[in-house]
Amino acid sequence: MAITDENIKLHNPTPEPGVEELVSREYKYGFYTDIEQDKAPKGLNEDIIRLISAKKEEPEFMLEWRLKAFSHWLKMAKEEGQPKWANIHYPEINYQDIIYYAAPKKKPKLDSLDQVDPELLKTFEKLGIPLEEQKMLTGVAVDAVFDSVSVATTFKAKLAELGIIFCSFSEAVQNHPELVKKYLGTVVPPNDNFFAALNSAVFTDGSFCYVPKGVRCPMELSTYFRINAADTGQFERTLIVADEGAYVSYMEGCTAPMRDTNQLHAAVVELIALEGATVKYSTIQNWYAGDKEGKGGIFNFVTKRGKCLGKNSKISWTQVETGAAITWKYPGVILEGENSIGEFYSVAVTNNYQQADTGTKMIHFGKNTKSTIVSKGISAGHGNNTYRGLVKMQPRAKGARNYTQCDSLLIGDKCSANTFPYIEVQNSSSSAEHEASTSRISEDQIFYCKQRGLNTENAISMVVNGFCKEVFRELPMEFAVEATKLLSVSLDGSVG
Amino acid sequence: MLEIKNLRVAVGGKEILKGINLSVNAGEVHAVMGPNGSGKSTLAQVLAGHPTFQVIEGEVTYEGRNLLEMMPEDRAKEGVFMAFQYPVEIPGVSNAYFLRSAYNEIRKHRGEEELDAMEFLKLLRQRAKLMNIDESLLNRPVNEGFSGGEKKKNEVFQMAVLEPKLAILDETDSGLDIDALKVVAEGVNQLRRPERATVLITHYQRILNYITPDYVHVLVDGKIVRSGGKELALELEEKGYDWVREKEAVPAGA
Amino acid sequence: MTTTLVSPNLTVPEKAHYIADFELFNKNGATVAPAWVRQLRQKGFARFAEMNFPTMKDEEWKYTSVAPIVKVPFRLAVEYPSGVLAKTEIEGRFFGQPGWPRLVFVNGIFSRELSSISGLPKGVLVKSLGEALKENPELVEPYLGKYARLDDSIFAALGTAFLQDGAFVYLPTGVVLEKPAHLLFVSTAEKEATVVHPRILVVAEAGSRGTVIENHFGKSGQPYFSNVVTEIVVGEEASVEHYKLQREDENGFHIATTEVFQKRASRYAGFTLDAGAQLGRNTHRVVLDGPEVDCRLNGLYFAAGKQHIDNHTAIEHRFPNGKSFEVYKGIVDGRARAVYNGKVFVRQAAQKTDSKQTNKNLILSDLATVDTKPQLEIFADDVKCTHGATVGQLDESAIFYLTARGISRPNAARLLTFGFANDVLNHIELEPMRVELEAELLARLEASSVAK
Repeated sequence: MAITDENIKLHNPTPEPGVEELVSREYKYGFYTDIEQDKAPKGLNEDIIRLISAKKEEPEFMLEWRLKAFSHWLKMAKEEGQPKWANIHYPEINYQDIIYYAAPKKKPKLDSLDQVDPELLKTFEKLGIPLEEQKMLTGVAVDAVFDSVSVATTFKAKLAELGIIFCSFSEAVQNHPELVKKYLGTVVPPNDNFFAALNSAVFTDGSFCYVPKGVRCPMELSTYFRINAADTGQFERTLIVADEGAYVSYMEGCTAPMRDTNQLHAAVVELIALEGATVKYSTIQNWYAGDKEGKGGIFNFVTKRGKCLGKNSKISWTQVETGAAITWKYPGVILEGENSIGEFYSVAVTNNYQQADTGTKMIHFGKNTKSTIVSKGISAGHGNNTYRGLVKMQPRAKGARNYTQCDSLLIGDKCSANTFPYIEVQNSSSSAEHEASTSRISEDQIFYCKQRGLNTENAISMVVNGFCKEVFRELPMEFAVEATKLLSVSLDGSVG
Repeated sequence: MLEIKNLRVAVGGKEILKGINLSVNAGEVHAVMGPNGSGKSTLAQVLAGHPTFQVIEGEVTYEGRNLLEMMPEDRAKEGVFMAFQYPVEIPGVSNAYFLRSAYNEIRKHRGEEELDAMEFLKLLRQRAKLMNIDESLLNRPVNEGFSGGEKKKNEVFQMAVLEPKLAILDETDSGLDIDALKVVAEGVNQLRRPERATVLITHYQRILNYITPDYVHVLVDGKIVRSGGKELALELEEKGYDWVREKEAVPAGA
Repeated sequence: MTTTLVSPNLTVPEKAHYIADFELFNKNGATVAPAWVRQLRQKGFARFAEMNFPTMKDEEWKYTSVAPIVKVPFRLAVEYPSGVLAKTEIEGRFFGQPGWPRLVFVNGIFSRELSSISGLPKGVLVKSLGEALKENPELVEPYLGKYARLDDSIFAALGTAFLQDGAFVYLPTGVVLEKPAHLLFVSTAEKEATVVHPRILVVAEAGSRGTVIENHFGKSGQPYFSNVVTEIVVGEEASVEHYKLQREDENGFHIATTEVFQKRASRYAGFTLDAGAQLGRNTHRVVLDGPEVDCRLNGLYFAAGKQHIDNHTAIEHRFPNGKSFEVYKGIVDGRARAVYNGKVFVRQAAQKTDSKQTNKNLILSDLATVDTKPQLEIFADDVKCTHGATVGQLDESAIFYLTARGISRPNAARLLTFGFANDVLNHIELEPMRVELEAELLARLEASSVAK
C-alpha cells in the first residue's frame, strides 16, 4: 500500500480538533438581577457630579475635589481625548451615553445586614460570596459593591476591635474625613490620566481600609465588585493605608452580566505603605469578556498605584486578568522609602477577541529600593496580549535593583503577544534586568501527558497552570484555587 | 498481549517501518535492537500513538483490541506505557502533581476510586523508596532542569507508579553512566511480573547484562531481520550490526 | 510631480534653509540627472514638506530630541576643493590591506584622487553613485529609493530630496567579492554649519557574497549634520557583511537610516559602532522577505561627555524558518545618554522563527542615563523568541575575584569592561576590523572613568 491520505486515514486514530477548536463553556456569572434601581439620568456634566455628591451626602471638600477633577478631564478630553498609545483598539466612547449613578433603591443601612435587600444577598451568594454572618467565609472580610454603591461589609465590628477601619468609601468620607482628606489623590492625582480624572469626578463608592500602627490584619480583606445595571459605568475608588509596621492582605474580585453592549469600568486604587508596612493586593478580574465574536464585554480601564512612603515598606500586586473585552491597567509602585520593595505578579489571558495592554510601573526614588516583575501573558483565539512596563531609576535611587521576567504563551496562530518594556536608568549604582520569552504549548508536551493517560484538555490546562505557577503561588490560598479553575474555563474553546 | 502484523509506517512521506511482525506475550521481555536509523524509536512511538507517525498498512492488536484506532491517552489508560527517549519538560508542574493526575485518570478509567493528595503522596513515597529515588525529585517540575540520567530514572519511576501492562522502553539506557544504568535496569527488573510484558528498545547490548530478555529481535532498515534468544544479543555485540546487514544481503535460502 | 509642493508645513522657519537649498540644488546645472532620479527627489521633498520634525512625544523619538539639529540653519555642503584635504589625513582612517577597494567622499561628493579601486572581479561595481546614475542606470533604478521608507522618516525624505552622490556596490549573480569595499565619508565644515546627505546602495544578486564597510568621520570647525540613507538588498542565497562605523567629531550630528531587504536563504550580518558625534541616531531596519533567512545585527556604542547616542533597530520576520540574532552593548560615561530600542516583529506566516535579542549597558557615571526598550511583537505561535535587556554595573563579585588574584581594582574594572564589550567584537568576522576595534576599545577605556 502506498503513502496516501486514504491509507493514513484508515490506519490511524481520527485526529482531534486543533488546539484552537474546543467549544466554549458559558460565562458562569453572566446572569442579571432584577432589582429596583435608583438611577441618575444618562450624561456627564457638573449637575451629575453634584447629584452624586449629594446622594452620598458628602462634605463640601469632596464636591470641590470632584469638580476640579472634572475640569481636568474636560481639558484632557478636549486636547487629547482617550489615550491612544496603548496597543488596543476600541471605538470612541460616548461619555454622554453612560449612567454614572445606579444603586439598588432600598438604601441599605450599612451596619446591619438585615436591611439589605434579600435579592442582593441572593445575588452575592450565587456569585459565591455569602454575606450573611453564619455563611461567611471565615478569615475573609468582604465589602460587596453592587453597581455604584457598597451594599454590605462583613466583619466590620471584629476588625474595629483592632482599630482597623474597613468600610465603604462613602462611609469613610462620612466617618473618617481626615484620613480621606490626607491620602485621597496622593498616589493617583486627579489629573494623572484621562480615566483617573474621569473616576475622580464621578466615583460613587469603593472600599476604604486603614490599618493602624503595628497591627497585622488577621484576616484577608476583600471587595467584590458586581456590575448589574445596563448602560451604567462602574467607577469605584479604593484607598488602603497601612500605617507604620502594619500588614494587610487585600483581595478583589469582579463579575458582570452578559450583554451585547460594552460597559465601562474605570476604577482607581491607591495604596499607601508607611515605614515598615506591607500591603499585598490581589485581583482576580473576571468581568464579562464579550462573546466569541467579540461582541459586548467590559472595558476595564483601571489606574492602580501604590506608594512605599516609609523605609522598609513593601507593596505587592498580584493580578489574574481573565475577563473583560479590553484591559488597560498598570498597577505600579512608587518606591520612595529607603529599602522599600515593589512587586508585580501578573497572569493575563486573552481569548477570542479580548485585548489586554497591561503591566506595571516601578518608579525608584529611594536608596536600595527593589522591584520584581513577573508577567505571564497567555494569548489564544484572536486575543491580543501586550505587556507594557516601565522601570525607572531616578538619579537619587542609589543601589536600586529591578528584575523583570515576561513570558508569553501563544495558543493558535491568530493571536498575538507583545512585550514593551521601558527601562530608564539615571544613576550608576542601580541596575535593571529584563528577560522575556515567547513560547507555545509544544506538541511534545501534549503527547507526553497523553501517553500518561491525560486527555488533551487536561494536558493543556496542566501546562498552562505550570506556566503561571510563579504568579499563582503569590495569591492568598482562597484565591489560588479559584485562579486555577478560572484559567481553565477562560481558555476553554481555545484549546483542544 | 501485543500482536504486530506487517506494520508499515511513514513519516513525512518517507517509509520508515517496512513490514514489522512481532508477537509479545504477558510475562515476556523482548529486546528490539538495531543501528541508528533502523526505525526502533519509530516502532515505540507508533505503539504509543504519536501523531507524527502515520501507519500505512498492517495491524496492531493489544489484548484483542485494535491499538491503532485508540487515542494515545486511551492506550495509556489501558496500560500501555512508553518510557520516552527524550522525556519532555513541563515547567511549573511538579512531578507529584503530574503523576497523581495521570494515576487518577487510569483509576477512573478502571472504575476505581481516585486517590486524594495525601493518599497518593504516601504511595509515591513508598515507590520512590523502592526505586531508590530521591524524594526531592517528587516536588521538582517534570523533567525541568533534570540531568539526562535523572530524566531516564524519572521515566522508570513513573512506570513504577503507573504499573502498566505493556511497558515500552525507548532507548532508556542511552546516555547513562554505569550507575544510572544499574538503577534503571533494577527498576525494570523489579517490575517484571507474569502479567506484564516489556519491550526494550536499545542500541547497545550493555543493558542486557542487567536485564535478561526472553527474546531478542534485530531491526535493520525498517524490518526485523533476525530473532532469537538472549544469546543473539551477545553475538551482535561481538560482530556488530554489519554482520546482520551482510547476512541480510544474502538472498534467503542461499 | 511638483504639485505636491504646496504645504502649510513648508512655512515653518526650521525648514526654510532646506527649502532654499532645494531650490538652488534643483536649478544647479551640475545636478543634471535622469528624469526618474529627479522624480525621486521631488517625492522625497514633497514628503519632507508634509512632515514635521519629530518631538519627544513621538514614540520613535521618545528619548531623543532633534531640537539641536532643527535649530541650526545647516546649508548644503559644497564640494571641497581638491587637494586641500591631505591624503595622509584620510589614510589614518583606514585599516586592513592596501588592496581593498576604497571610495572616499568629502562632504558627500566622491573624490577620485583619494579613492582607489582596482582588481575587482568581473561584473562587480564599487563606484560613486553619482557616476552609476549616469553609467549604470539599469542596475540602479530597480533598487534606488525602493527600500528607504519615506512615510515615517522625515530624515530619509530629506536625504532623498537631496540625493546626489554616494556609493554604489553591485555584486552580480554568484560572484564573490573577497576584499571588503571600504566607503569613507569625511565631513569638513569650515566656514558655516553644513549638511551632507550621503546615499549608499548595495545590491547583492542571488548567490553572491561580499563585505561593505561604511566609515563615517569628521574633521570640522563648524557644526555639521551627516544625514545618511543606506539601502541594502540581499538576493536569494546571497550573503552580505556590513560594518557601519560612526566616528564623527564633537561638532557632528549623525542621523542614519539603514534599510536592509533579505530574500530567501540569504544572510546579512550587520555591525554598528557608535563612538562619535554629539548626537548620533541609527535607524536600522531589516526585513526578512523570504524563508530560511539568517540575520545578525550587532552593535557597540560608547557615549561619553555630553554625547547622545540612539540606536533603533527593527527586524521583521515575514516568512517561515527565519533566524535573527541581535546583540547591542553600550558603555555610557560622563553626562552622556544612550538609547536603545530594538523591535522584533514576527508576522503570522513566519512560523518556526528563531529570534534572540540582547541589549546590555554599563553605566559608569552618576550623571549618565540609559533608556532601553526592547520590543517583541509576535503574531505566530510556533516560534522561539526571547529578548533581554540589562542596565547596570560591573559585577562586584567578579571584581573581587580579580583583585583576589592580585589585580588592582582599576585594572580589574578595565579588564571586565573590556570583556563586556569585546563579547560583541568577537562576532566580527572580518579580522582586520576586529583588531582595529579592539584597539579602539582599549583606547576608549583608558580615557573613561573605568580606569580611575
